[in-house]
Amino acid sequence: MAKFTLNGESVELDAPGDMPLLWALRDVAGLTGAKYGCGVGLCGACTVHMNGTAERSCMLRMSDVEGQSVTTIEGLGGENRVQQAWRELNVPQCGFCQTGQIMQAASLLAENPDPTDDEILQAMSGNVCRCGCYQRIVAAVRLASTGA
Amino acid sequence: MLHYLDPDRPETPRESAGFRIEKVSRRGFLAGSAAGLAVAVYAAGAEAFPRWPHGGQSMPHGVRPDPMVFVAIDPDGTVTLVAHRSEMGQGSRTSIPMVMADEMEADWLRVRIVQAEGDEPKYGNQDTDGSRSLRHHVQMARQVGASVRHMLAEAAAEAWGVPAHEVRVEGHRVVHGARTADFGEFAEAAMERPVPAFEDLAFKDPADFRYIGKGRVQIYDLHDITTGEAVYGGDVSLPGMLVAAIARPPVVGGRVKSLDASAAEGAPGVRAVVQLEGAGLGSKFAPLGGVAVVAETTWHAMRARDMLEIEWDHGPHASYDSGPFMQEMVATAEKPGEVLRRQGDPDKAFGEAVRTFGRTYTQAHMAHAPMEPPVALANWTEEGLEIWAPVQSPYVCRTDAAEALGMDAADVRVNVTLLGGGFGRKSKHDFVIEAAQLSKAVGAPVRVQWTREDDIRHSFMHTVSAERIEVALDGQGKVSGWRHNSVAPSILSTFAPDSGHQFFIENGMGHVDMPFAIPNVSVENGKAMAHARIGWFRAVSNIPRAWAIGSFVGELAAELGRDQKDMWQELIGSARVVNPAAEGYPDNFWNYGEPYEAFPIETGRLANVLDMAADGIGWGREMPEGEGLGLAVHRSFVSYVAAAAHVKVVDGRVTVPELHLAIDAGFVANPERVRSQLEGAAVQGMTALMHSAVTYTDGAVDQSNFNDYDVVRSDNFPRNVQVHMVPHGFTVPATGVGEPGVPPVPPAIANALFAATGKRLRDMPIGTSV
Repeated sequence: MAKFTLNGESVELDAPGDMPLLWALRDVAGLTGAKYGCGVGLCGACTVHMNGTAERSCMLRMSDVEGQSVTTIEGLGGENRVQQAWRELNVPQCGFCQTGQIMQAASLLAENPDPTDDEILQAMSGNVCRCGCYQRIVAAVRLASTGA
Repeated sequence: MLHYLDPDRPETPRESAGFRIEKVSRRGFLAGSAAGLAVAVYAAGAEAFPRWPHGGQSMPHGVRPDPMVFVAIDPDGTVTLVAHRSEMGQGSRTSIPMVMADEMEADWLRVRIVQAEGDEPKYGNQDTDGSRSLRHHVQMARQVGASVRHMLAEAAAEAWGVPAHEVRVEGHRVVHGARTADFGEFAEAAMERPVPAFEDLAFKDPADFRYIGKGRVQIYDLHDITTGEAVYGGDVSLPGMLVAAIARPPVVGGRVKSLDASAAEGAPGVRAVVQLEGAGLGSKFAPLGGVAVVAETTWHAMRARDMLEIEWDHGPHASYDSGPFMQEMVATAEKPGEVLRRQGDPDKAFGEAVRTFGRTYTQAHMAHAPMEPPVALANWTEEGLEIWAPVQSPYVCRTDAAEALGMDAADVRVNVTLLGGGFGRKSKHDFVIEAAQLSKAVGAPVRVQWTREDDIRHSFMHTVSAERIEVALDGQGKVSGWRHNSVAPSILSTFAPDSGHQFFIENGMGHVDMPFAIPNVSVENGKAMAHARIGWFRAVSNIPRAWAIGSFVGELAAELGRDQKDMWQELIGSARVVNPAAEGYPDNFWNYGEPYEAFPIETGRLANVLDMAADGIGWGREMPEGEGLGLAVHRSFVSYVAAAAHVKVVDGRVTVPELHLAIDAGFVANPERVRSQLEGAAVQGMTALMHSAVTYTDGAVDQSNFNDYDVVRSDNFPRNVQVHMVPHGFTVPATGVGEPGVPPVPPAIANALFAATGKRLRDMPIGTSV
């Protein structure tokens, strides 16, 4: 049983302490926006925010999130500027990695509102897109940052 | 700013109807018996609609241009369209309904899409691969849309007592003079009209298209994808559902010799440990078997799977070592093979050659590694079997699952979720059959979740290949003879006893159809047996053939001191329509299933896209030290694609600052999604070139996850990919888009790398640095 804040609400999830947050979100809390892509922090499909910073939910255990504040794509608001930029540029292909990409980008912009191209490329390099949407992803992060 | 969508596009509704895997019901259009009225509301009659012949009707269950199957209109005017092809990122779930909506004059913002279940007798062919969705269904989509438009006009004409030809249908309304009504008002009456025959239809003038060819439409699932509401294979749950993780034999064809499941059975959350019978090579999409742990959550299942103590009998493929195997294939390729195409007198050409020049190129196995690893939910009950899964071929999945469980296919339903990437992997539904078997075994709904390690180790691999090309050069330095021996384990080994030889479909992918104007040609195939499950991977055999031919042209140019582009142009020759019989093609030459007269090999189109890509990159300009340009062009899936790459080596690292792709895909319905497919092909092509190698030791895969099977990431991807499309009207048959972008990318980058460094790399993957 872990108590933490999930998308702004205090929750208690019936999940053992060693269960990865990803599976607790998906199988226990019923939030399926964070995706399983690798299970070992190599692809970023499961990215969420813990206390405002991007984390791989497959690498966090329930014991790690006790008392912390977790935000998933479902808690991002739907009209976040990153989500809007993604729609403006019709970024996704299959879409599976995109919630993780968006959470990563939102975290980057919260820390660094006006990143350089190199900073965007580096910050997003842990998020794999097998369809190969990178060109639009980078453009969308820039659009969300600068409005252009 | 990089803009893809037309700025005056319609917005996607804030709350999109979204993908809720709603089941298709037969509400909406029902066949009626009222007499037809002649309608000629649009200038372009059926005779002006060039119905080109295509291979769609030869596919199982063909193409069904039936509005009763694909369209429903609610009394509130909402138009529901059925997407019958699986969506895996290529965009057909948006593009085919978009074509229907445009032709019927529906407002895209009032269209909702439901995904068809696997039912080909009802919807026509649903096998979503081979770059066939728009190619085979764009005409059908226009016919469906035009039929509905006519039926609405006839219904309004009858109600208003006016001639049908005076009724206009536009902007989701029917109009006669001052009288106007929403689609919804005549939805029911229109349903009772007979479906018009093709010959009685009038079609929109292309000048009046609202969405077709415009790039104005956001993908249908965009809102849901960006909010996490989109439903993929692992996102469907049922009450009482359990989750399974399966320990599969490390070597294909292996079996459990002994099992100690006591620790796993005693682990928290575990409900059952189930042994599954498996099958070896040649058993189509049958599961591999192994030991399944069925548990309350995914984590419980995965953790307990690690507690299984299994001793395996590895079976007949435990000696497969891909390194030595590659050496054998290279040796085979460098000897004469079985001749598939013979043109002119190649022996004489080589015998009389002033000199010959030959090179060998190889490619490793690849796993598709879609971001969503295989996953499926099955619910078996006494009444039947229901499946929710990300599958490319839902009807074949349904019949295969029925057969595996000894059921009637009528008692099986396959609901198709969004696919988190496919690339051919999800045409093979072994993972679905696993879920079905387990649901029946434990009497509860079961989701089978593959880990990434499962995915990379137990894929249906892209084949491993060696390609030997030799040319004879005459006294003028012209190529007078061509010999290409292709050696690779065949996909056919997945379906039938392995002959060791590639079959006509593989032979048709850039091998026997080599389009150069060379008078003496021998196209050959050497023997190689399969020791892994071989499957199709986006673009299939075109990848190694384009890699070999494209790299070879670059090498030949360098060898002869020629400009790469000049070399390509000389080999392609003057614009001609290839006559396959005259050029010695085999009788079973496979033209991607298309009738040759409508989809011939036109070398002018090949040369044209080469020019477009070369012009795009500024071919011929001076390049600084450590930078270079490279070209390649390839016809596949009856489309023509050229790549022009700019390579820059930075501290030994190979980067691609710019890449141009030019495509001639005939008529293009949704140019914006063609662009996205080619942007993706640039990335996947670069991944294949630099990273993708699945290797085997003692019959088992050496790689496991993205640590040792990495892919191109945002820190080094082809930047500034620019896509050029040859514009065509609705007179040039639509051709493939999903796959043909990939093949020319690796050789174009390799040719540019050679120009930058003088290093020629012939074995894919080449790695990330030089």
